[in-house]
Amino acid sequence: MRLESHPIVDFKRGKEVTIYFNGKPVKAYEGESVAAALYAAGVRVFSRSFRFHRPRGFFCAIGKCSQCMMEVNGVPNVRTCKIYVKDGMQIRTQNSIPDAENDALAIFDKIIDTVFPHGSHYKKFNRSAKLRELATKQMRKLAGFGNPPKSVPDVDAEYEVIETDVAVIGGGPGGMSAAIHAGKYGARVIVMDENPFLGGQLVKQTHRFFGSAKERAGTRGIKIAKILEEELLSYDNVEVRKETKVFGVYGNEVAAVEKDRKLLRIKAKKIVIATGAYERTLIFENNDLPGVYGAGGVQTLMNVYGIKPGERGLIIGSGNVGLILTYQLLQAGVDVAAIVEAMPRVGGYFVHAAKVRRLGVPIYTRHTIVRAVGNKKVEGAVVAQLDDRWQPVPGTEKKFDVDFICVAVGLSPAHELLYHVKAQMKFVPELGGLVPLRTRYNETSVEGIYVAGDVAGIEEATAAIMEGRIAGLHAAMSLGYGGEDVKKELEEAVKDIEAFRAGPFGERICHGLEKCTLEKEVSL
Amino acid sequence: MSNYLERGYLEREDLPPFPPEERLTSGKPVAYIECVQPIPCSPCYESCRFDAIQMDNINDPPKLDYEKCTGCMACIRVCPGLAIFMLQIKDGKGYVTIQYEFLPWLQKGDRVKLYNRKGEEVGEGTVTWALNPERNDRTQLVTIEMNKDLIYEVRAVRKR
Repeated sequence: MRLESHPIVDFKRGKEVTIYFNGKPVKAYEGESVAAALYAAGVRVFSRSFRFHRPRGFFCAIGKCSQCMMEVNGVPNVRTCKIYVKDGMQIRTQNSIPDAENDALAIFDKIIDTVFPHGSHYKKFNRSAKLRELATKQMRKLAGFGNPPKSVPDVDAEYEVIETDVAVIGGGPGGMSAAIHAGKYGARVIVMDENPFLGGQLVKQTHRFFGSAKERAGTRGIKIAKILEEELLSYDNVEVRKETKVFGVYGNEVAAVEKDRKLLRIKAKKIVIATGAYERTLIFENNDLPGVYGAGGVQTLMNVYGIKPGERGLIIGSGNVGLILTYQLLQAGVDVAAIVEAMPRVGGYFVHAAKVRRLGVPIYTRHTIVRAVGNKKVEGAVVAQLDDRWQPVPGTEKKFDVDFICVAVGLSPAHELLYHVKAQMKFVPELGGLVPLRTRYNETSVEGIYVAGDVAGIEEATAAIMEGRIAGLHAAMSLGYGGEDVKKELEEAVKDIEAFRAGPFGERICHGLEKCTLEKEVSL
Repeated sequence: MSNYLERGYLEREDLPPFPPEERLTSGKPVAYIECVQPIPCSPCYESCRFDAIQMDNINDPPKLDYEKCTGCMACIRVCPGLAIFMLQIKDGKGYVTIQYEFLPWLQKGDRVKLYNRKGEEVGEGTVTWALNPERNDRTQLVTIEMNKDLIYEVRAVRKR
């Protein structure tokens, strides 16, 4: 399953280690996440659903979906895609007897539909609060949430207070760009990211980027991540904290945990929230079967860890992510049966579609997936044509023999921290969901809190870099750094992003932005 | 609007005009850009030192002046959409240069299968030139010799 050679990426694997999965030894390499190592070893069932005990695999592989939660060294509910292998690590599946692969309680999945059809627990036992409470308690017992550790772990925790000008949450393209441009004019900056690497989702973008040469178009995403990181690290006034999970923003203070044991309290004058996005899923029969993955999850597995997701896949969604992922799968030697798109035409850039089409991958527009087929993992998929009212046309079903299905139907902003600061939010479909109101300089309704990248509205990395630049410059400027130079660059940055969004692909974004731009004009 | 977005490939009527026969046989390859949709992208325009590529703004699809194009291949090296091809006719044989990003890398003398825009196999060709992938950030440039009528058709190759 591990790729030994790849046209674009060299996989530098660390030392070989052994981890134990439900007591059985599994070979892994340092630097791999537990979920990736298990996947490479052939594990597909990562957990069981709480209520029906249905088998579940991973979905997102970036720590957002919680389908890969297991007990690691005695600690329950650990996201295995966000924890990295160490020699002798003990990993157990939870909430199942004897393990997730062969769960005795899976019998409920078979019989429960006759008694409690899907969704009926919202209606049953609701007559009285007492009855509901009792029923919920019994269901929870059957469902389970893992076993809490029997003793308090014996490790020292540290505590650190940091004072800074600008705190940047998220080290992806938006966050790094914000930090660079604030740091450039002398502001003290701290960048925090939950991953052991910077770059966010750029680290799996092996394709060359679009845009103008100024935004490094024609350069691969993985290289852009390196270029940004190098620039970021060249400033002495910018501090980077990796493996640091921000869990709250209280006023102008950011609370975070570094390397799972050190508590940070960051007092910042300005905060840039650049937390990115989640992958969306799609409703169809069996969409929780192991083998139904988010597009980003497959990219992570394949381009970061060099692990083949399967032999033959089906892609749902023909946006840029779906098209690029198809090409990347072909590059890794994985077959793609087809791309399925519900819209009457390809959603992403045409050139990406042309690239996979000429390599023989069919694109079915006006089609949708009806169901995934399989028992404990995906063995096939059924696709049908849609009519003008978006209903599947009977008799048009096609079956594909595939061992995985990628759902590439878009992203939603990861906006939790914006609620902490009580930023005004608005549902803007053009921007992918709930987004904060913001000024043209990316400051939210809360003074001193900025947004950049996908959390402000789903676009792509080049736009995130441009937004980060604007947020970083404005933060530095309002703290009094940079003088006339920063004002000039800020005006230029705003002009650049307007030109970038001026085309038909930016139309939708601009339309969305109109709905959430705050008319609070800040004098330059 | 044309319905190339429904199909995922271009048909004859969507394509820009082909370079004139005299230019194709002039001894130097000529770029042919199959990038018809307005997208925010301009590295080809920025890489051309001979002003052969025209763009009004970053979203404008590039237009190529075949007379000004010297066949220097600066644009094909940077195109992120793999949408630029170099065409040439020499001694009655056709030559297409494409960006290639698959393993195994191609070498001079390799026989390859030829595919059209729809992914249909249309013949076989021989690699006459292959750039070391390391020299172009791992996008190999390969020139394929084929029947001269196929240069308007062939847009992908796979090693046999």
